[in-house]
Amino acid sequence: MTDTTASAAAPQAGPNNTLLLLLKARTFIALILVFVFFSIFAPNFLSTANMVIMSKHVALNAFLAIGMTFVIVSGGIDLSVGSIVGLCGMVAGYLLLNGIDIGLGWSVQFNTLEICLIVALVGIAIGAMNAFLVTKLNVAPFIATLGTLYIARGAAMLSSEGETFPNLTGNTEYGSHTYRMIGSGDFLGIPISIWMLIAVGLLAAYIAKRTPLGRFIYAVGGNERAAGLSGVKVTRVKYFVYMFSGFCAALVGIIISSQLVAAHPATGDTFELNAIAAAVLGGTSMSGGRGKIGGTIVGAFVIGVLSDGLVMMGVSAFWQTVIKGIVIIAAVVIDQAQQKVQAKVALQAQAAVGK
Amino acid sequence: MSGLAHPIGLSIREGTKVYPGTVALKAVDFDLRMGAVNVLVGENGAGKSTMMKVIAGVEQLSSGRVEMDGREVRFHSTDEAERHGIGIVFQELNLFPNLTVAENIFMAHEKTRLGVDIDAEAQRAETRALMRRLEHDIDPDTLVGDLKVGQQQIVEIAKSLSRDARILILDEPTSALSNAEVEILFRVIEELKAEGVGIVYISHRLEELIRVGDYITVLRDGVITGAQSMEGVDIAWIVRNMIGESSKDFAKEIEHPFGEEALRVENMRLADSGGGFAVDGVSLSLRQGEILGIYGLMGAGRTELLEAIIGRYHHVTGDVWVHGEKMGKPRVADRIAKGLALIPEDRKHDGLVQILSIRENMTLSSVEAFTQGFHMDLRGERSRVAEFVKRMVIKIASPENPVSALSGGNQQKVVISKALMTGPRVLLMDEPSRGIDIGAKAEVFRVMRQLAAEGLGIVFVTSDLEEVLSLSDRIIVMSNGRITGEFSKEEVTETKLVTASAVGHAPDRAERETA
Repeated sequence: MTDTTASAAAPQAGPNNTLLLLLKARTFIALILVFVFFSIFAPNFLSTANMVIMSKHVALNAFLAIGMTFVIVSGGIDLSVGSIVGLCGMVAGYLLLNGIDIGLGWSVQFNTLEICLIVALVGIAIGAMNAFLVTKLNVAPFIATLGTLYIARGAAMLSSEGETFPNLTGNTEYGSHTYRMIGSGDFLGIPISIWMLIAVGLLAAYIAKRTPLGRFIYAVGGNERAAGLSGVKVTRVKYFVYMFSGFCAALVGIIISSQLVAAHPATGDTFELNAIAAAVLGGTSMSGGRGKIGGTIVGAFVIGVLSDGLVMMGVSAFWQTVIKGIVIIAAVVIDQAQQKVQAKVALQAQAAVGK
Repeated sequence: MSGLAHPIGLSIREGTKVYPGTVALKAVDFDLRMGAVNVLVGENGAGKSTMMKVIAGVEQLSSGRVEMDGREVRFHSTDEAERHGIGIVFQELNLFPNLTVAENIFMAHEKTRLGVDIDAEAQRAETRALMRRLEHDIDPDTLVGDLKVGQQQIVEIAKSLSRDARILILDEPTSALSNAEVEILFRVIEELKAEGVGIVYISHRLEELIRVGDYITVLRDGVITGAQSMEGVDIAWIVRNMIGESSKDFAKEIEHPFGEEALRVENMRLADSGGGFAVDGVSLSLRQGEILGIYGLMGAGRTELLEAIIGRYHHVTGDVWVHGEKMGKPRVADRIAKGLALIPEDRKHDGLVQILSIRENMTLSSVEAFTQGFHMDLRGERSRVAEFVKRMVIKIASPENPVSALSGGNQQKVVISKALMTGPRVLLMDEPSRGIDIGAKAEVFRVMRQLAAEGLGIVFVTSDLEEVLSLSDRIIVMSNGRITGEFSKEEVTETKLVTASAVGHAPDRAERETA
């Protein structure tokens, strides 16, 4: 029944449908354009070495942006991810260097896997704190996560009195020497961090599309009251999104400290803004209820490729910032146009059915 | 009360207003008399509010004209209407809770020195004068958000008075007022009448209308079915004109026996923000296959009752049993799992997630049905949706379109499908026919009958007399959060319902009766 009506409506809706398709694929088109542009104008842009370096840069932002997408889709915002990156890097560094002193004259040391697990738990715990503030104490997400932004950053500074933890090479005895591999190792020629991104990206996309939890995230962001009255456990959904965002930030903290073989407490400053930018560029609506993991990852690539390409072309850092801003605004303007066309197409199709 | 004593201040000729999908006003002729109270009555969706919005410049007529002093006028905005001396107090209050009483009253009409500097002292003084006139002791510097709803209504009225309105439209002004406040309002109305102000008074409280009105106009489905001076008008006359001879298309009853008790509520109480109770000691019982109608006016606590039963509020006292099983802590998800389902009154805010597709909205309450572990079977979901689209006769181009593209009637069917997909044993329906066209209404009623015959217990809330009379097996009337009447299908009459729904409201009679 739907097939026949859809084809009946097709003649009038034709040009709009093509337009809609173009608008929907806009982030992808933008990525291709950026790629083509730089492969022509930036020397060595297409070299394998450059691709590897660039993808490593992009991956960091992409992790945060994936977590951020869930939070924004649920109707919130997470400003604390940059600080969580910094704090988690410091926790990893501290554990590698000192282990945990249990006060009996010796300390407990950890291997790489254990360190990663502990650090991930720290990130998740901060996310849970955000969720607690947002749900139980009714603090607006912007303010709650702004607060944890400062707290986590301050804690990172306190952990080393503002110093850097250097030489995080690990210790063969404790099994932590493999920590460096996370940032520098590769598998089948592709960096470990990219494999991790693929895993997290696929997991997130699966959650979004094929699990009730994902469905509920969209419902809560679209209309919290209606979702609640439909039996969605709103509080649980919010806990998940903030904890997942914290988890993603912890991963970034691990990867950066491993890549640099050092942990600095100021790492991750303003990363949250790049993550928001990537999500928005990928079509996530700041008012909640709409956004795709795939879109966000492409958005992260557009931003990453753009800034690396501009560096290679020798464009000044100041201009890069301006260009980034223009791209983000343009993305949102086009997004508005897409929404209008989409609504129009839907209404036309509906009008064709009558009533 | 001759035409000479009350000159016509404004009239509508052949006024028609078309909204996408429905005609709200059909070629109406309406005369507004000055120095008198023109009451306007009709059921929800009859077109009263639309007509007033046209007069106040909120909406424009699709065809027809509005005349003042024999000349045609067109108001493109409320400002323009205001310049012609028309003031309106909306049913939903249009106040800024974060500003003071004085600031609200002079919003966009601030008293200024040199056009820039706000003369707060002058505003305060005038506010005090207005409040004296309205016999209310409200400090001009109080924040409106701190006032009770009744006091806010007074502020709204003061706002119109401050603009020297020649024509004042009051849309259900007493729905939130206490008896004493209603008395004061009536005195103010008398005063304004004496000053020659033309007042339009919309209300569902029929006794109140008879008391305060000079002229009456009855609307039904966008058509004026009665217009005359108030002389000789009684409740029976109003009801007859409101409902009319030609009945709506109500589905025939399907004969079936009632089963066991499906739902029992005992002594439910829910505190409201004003220190009183929105639901005040309500107990009720419902059997399988029974349709229980809850009739009452706006603000009687009907919506709150249904929402309390489904578990939306945590601070509620009283117990709920479903099929003999006592419900635990109020949590919506648990109660849905136990077989309750709610179809909320406000589709847009409570019923649907507008941004999501029709499919996602429909299955939101019942994802477990096609989920194994944590994996959703999307193909299973689609076939379930297709099944309900067919069963509920929902007209859609594609289930993937956003639900906001649908008409009100189809949206309502999506909400009902969502509730039915959970396999409920008791269905709570809050104004299920609100804001949908006649055809869709008939569909909804047919489904209700069908479900009852299948053994579901249905509680439905409505402010439509005809609806409650034709669909219910039993009727409960609520007023001020309490049950004020319970009638079987055999004994009930319109007058009984109207009288019961005014208990605690109509200042004249009810007071004496309860005393």
